Amino acid sequence: MLDLHGYGPSILDGVWVTVEAGLVSLVLAVVLGVLGALAKLSGSRPLVWIAEVYTILIRGIPDLILMLLIFFGGQVAVNNVMTWLGSDEYIDINPFVAGVLTIGFIYGAYMTETFRGAILAVPAGQLEAARAFGMSRWQVFWRILTPQMIRYALPSFGNNWLVLLKTTALLSVVGLDDMVRKAGLAAGATKQPFTFYMAVALIYLVLTTISVLLLGWAERRYNVGVRRAV
Amino acid sequence: MDLSIIAETFPLYLQGLWTTIWLVLASLALGLALAVPLGIARTSRNPLINGPVWAYTYFFRGTPLLVQMFLIYYGSGQFEAIRASILWPLLSQAWFCALLAFALNTAAYTAEILRGAIEAIPHGEIEAGNAIGMSPWLVMRRIILPGAFRRALPAYGNEAIFMLHGSSVASIITLIDLTGAARMVNSRYYAPFEAFLTAGLFYLALTFLMVAGFKWLERRWFAHLRPRPA
Repeated sequence: MLDLHGYGPSILDGVWVTVEAGLVSLVLAVVLGVLGALAKLSGSRPLVWIAEVYTILIRGIPDLILMLLIFFGGQVAVNNVMTWLGSDEYIDINPFVAGVLTIGFIYGAYMTETFRGAILAVPAGQLEAARAFGMSRWQVFWRILTPQMIRYALPSFGNNWLVLLKTTALLSVVGLDDMVRKAGLAAGATKQPFTFYMAVALIYLVLTTISVLLLGWAERRYNVGVRRAV
Repeated sequence: MDLSIIAETFPLYLQGLWTTIWLVLASLALGLALAVPLGIARTSRNPLINGPVWAYTYFFRGTPLLVQMFLIYYGSGQFEAIRASILWPLLSQAWFCALLAFALNTAAYTAEILRGAIEAIPHGEIEAGNAIGMSPWLVMRRIILPGAFRRALPAYGNEAIFMLHGSSVASIITLIDLTGAARMVNSRYYAPFEAFLTAGLFYLALTFLMVAGFKWLERRWFAHLRPRPA
């Protein structure tokens, strides 16, 4: 196997940072995605417009550019606000917080499309029946729409998660101590870059494989009771 | 916003734009040339042919492009045999490593897109080809591939846009593409909003151009499926 020259534990720390950054970003992306989808389907002009601009802009610009913009731009903006408030303290943006906010914001746009399609796939009669039954809007959303929508959203949600997880590698560029950066440090010290980047690549493969298995299980679970055509 | 910075550095952005364009076009061309035989091999029932290609696409689709590029750019120098080989003058250059990583990456995604498109071919079309005495090679060239390319086009359009966005990581190994130009401007003037928003607009324009190009191709290739004017 790969000889990691004692850098194994350090890389393992990086794995947790990668997984944490991925999962926290995912939660943010799902929240933004549901809000974006509801905005697009709300029928209110300004809300639809904001959601459209959000998804078009984000999906037309590379992740790395958005990341650098939010990381370096956020740094300048925060310190401008601090100066304006009369403080001369210099604030360094935490790469984890900035990274998670950026990735969550980016994948929120992709999730918006995922959930918009999934919500549209739920038959309107279901929602009308629930309203006629006297359920509140919230109850309709939570008890009728969500459980049925998840089934339609899962395949595209899974794809987005896999892309999101791989995107976290870019956070090593803005200084997050994820496994790619840890591997880079170890590679510099040992002069064995291939060994360490290959180790990281294999860990990504393990993470994506676990994700694919879990997503397959979830899809089977949410499709219980649905007759397959073929 | 200080627009004079953008005016002053505009030539740098144009240079970056050119690098991005040729890098993406060359990667897509090389990737597609690789993907056609790989996609055909993936449909083979012989595990000795199908297996290695499956492993290749699994690796390249399951790991981040950044790590693949690092493996080639930093990793290849670890081996004395590579440094002594005739390939070293190429592998020691950033542009070649980026191009190689991008081409291998997009080839993996494109091969899977083509596999799906080939497997979706109606069986009758192949039978008809056999029945009028076409050789297997002729059936492949005249019937399977044209139909597969047509079916693969929408998904391939998405992949091409992902490649455009993915190419921004080339800036991390010192190439001055659009993102590289923006990073230079940011570090020289400490003006993140001006630097990255300008690059973002360039990418947005390139994305729209590509979307329009693929729409035009789709209209042409699917012309026979459009409803006829009454």
